[in-house]
Amino acid sequence: MIFCLVRTDREAKKQEGISFLLIDMATPGITVRPIVTLDGEHEVNEVFFTDVKVPVANLVGQENKGWTCAKFLLTYERTNIAGVGFSVAALARVKDVAHRVTSHGKPLLQDPLFAARLARVEIALDNMKTTNLRVIAAVAGGGAPGVESSMLKILGTEIRQELTSLLRRALGPQALPFPEDALHAHASDDDTIAGGGLPEARFAAASYFNNRKLSIFGGSNEIQKNIIAKTMLDA
Amino acid sequence: MDFQHSDDRRMLADALDRWVAQAYTFDTRMALLKTDAGHSPQLWRQLGELGAIGALFTEAQGGLAGSGFDIAVVCEALGKGLVSEPLLASGVLAGTALAQAGAAQADHPHAPVLAAIQRGEAVATLAHFEAGGHHDPLHIATHAQPTAEGWRLQGHKAVVPFGAQAQWLLVSARTAPLNPALPEGGISLFVLSADTPGLQRQGYPTIDGQQAADLQLDVQLPATALLADPDTANEAGQAWPLIDTALAHGLLALSAESLGAMQSAHRDTIAYLQTRQQFGVPLARFQALQHRVVDMGIAIEQARSAVINAAAALTSHQASPTAAKRAARDKALSAAKYTVGQAGTRVAEEAIQLHGGIGMTWELPVSHVAKRLVMIDHQLGDEDHHLARYIALSQGQGHHGHQGAQ
Repeated sequence: MIFCLVRTDREAKKQEGISFLLIDMATPGITVRPIVTLDGEHEVNEVFFTDVKVPVANLVGQENKGWTCAKFLLTYERTNIAGVGFSVAALARVKDVAHRVTSHGKPLLQDPLFAARLARVEIALDNMKTTNLRVIAAVAGGGAPGVESSMLKILGTEIRQELTSLLRRALGPQALPFPEDALHAHASDDDTIAGGGLPEARFAAASYFNNRKLSIFGGSNEIQKNIIAKTMLDA
Repeated sequence: MDFQHSDDRRMLADALDRWVAQAYTFDTRMALLKTDAGHSPQLWRQLGELGAIGALFTEAQGGLAGSGFDIAVVCEALGKGLVSEPLLASGVLAGTALAQAGAAQADHPHAPVLAAIQRGEAVATLAHFEAGGHHDPLHIATHAQPTAEGWRLQGHKAVVPFGAQAQWLLVSARTAPLNPALPEGGISLFVLSADTPGLQRQGYPTIDGQQAADLQLDVQLPATALLADPDTANEAGQAWPLIDTALAHGLLALSAESLGAMQSAHRDTIAYLQTRQQFGVPLARFQALQHRVVDMGIAIEQARSAVINAAAALTSHQASPTAAKRAARDKALSAAKYTVGQAGTRVAEEAIQLHGGIGMTWELPVSHVAKRLVMIDHQLGDEDHHLARYIALSQGQGHHGHQGAQ
């Protein structure tokens, strides 16, 4: 099943005339072309619809009011992409790796330049946790966060991207290897790790590149800034 | 001041740009990366014929030019073309170490190796870095002991560029125990042919479309395998100056390669913003995006200046190698590598972001340029490593806070 925003009134204004449909992917007329991302992964596709028949019962909400539905969902999507939980886990992982990587005879965690990078992102994350709770508290009585979800999306994705960047940096030259089986095999811990690095070296660079998507999808961070600018400046 | 390149260098840069356009298209590169070798020995030989490898060496070293500016011109052009041939591994790192050891002399035991490298007929590499040392070039645990016939060398090397493709490997090893007060001492360099019994190589591609290998070594070597600095009368344990010079040339090469790749990412991004329509106008009309493209351009110009400074300092030290000039060279090289580390990552991230979703795709060249730009910061020391080294050198210290064997 895929949910689709489809134009159902070509005459209407841009945001109107859109309907929200649920479509069974097994329906005749649907073709899927894989898109491989820069890290060699396949997680997105181009989907083509040719004369696809969708039962009336699969319309969500009212006809031509799909954008209203979608906007509501998008605020949740943005808040989810902001991903405080992901960042908390990623921060713990970076610290763990930087503790195990040795640089000039000491754990990398004690390298003043690396420690400064880590402290900066940790402070930003702590601040953002509270910002996040403030936004949630404001809608505790029901409703959805509005423009605040845009702010959380920007902050959260910048922090998540910085953490993937730190993991990559922490592994140094060992982040370079990209063996053929890196994507497919779930290598066991006793397998030799190409480059002689920590097990995290298997995915650190690929994950960094993959997570460049965070500031692009769910409405790019530039679009989020446009949304915020509208409320700040168009009083 | 005159910042124009000489006619010879301009001609070489133009020839390499044409070669990239005709012989090394994006499709050619992507097809080569799927082959077992991961590169093309035939195209590598063409680079030799074009003089791209010879330009890295002075005439006395059997080359054509050999100044810092010549190295920079070649690497910038190949960086712009996202060329994944073994220029760094073979031409710059292994070639420089051999040339410094006097291998251009006809009677030198390794003269044929250097000549084959310079013609693009052989691939060689410098197997120096080891796992567990992060970016520290003095973290060497591989060791060698004298035997009746020569040497027995044992140890591991990690992420050796083109280590599985190389016919010749220059392997560093300690021939005296580590003296913490003088970690540069006691390091020797050995020349191994790839078929040496006891050498095991595990090759793999890297995420930026280059090739690398891990080495396991337990090998018996003849006495002639020891590559010595001609100034030290073939004594073991004196190879650090050879390695250090090779790494210095490597830093300049990577910085210039990054400069070339940044220009390519910037050019593609501008072209995309001028083409892609959003809200009824090209993206290039949005001021918020215009400023980002300008910031990329400014960062690239700063990187160009850093590469010029490094090329000048390296050339000046070549002409009269004093301790002061060497310190100035090392500072300029760390400044350049730090600058391209920072700027290259930023340009890569901005190129992807300004392209949007399409910038995330494998099929677009810019995503591959971005990967190379970021991963250059994982070779021969990242921006933090070189910032720390710059600070140490500014305070009159070697990299590790001691007065090294300068």
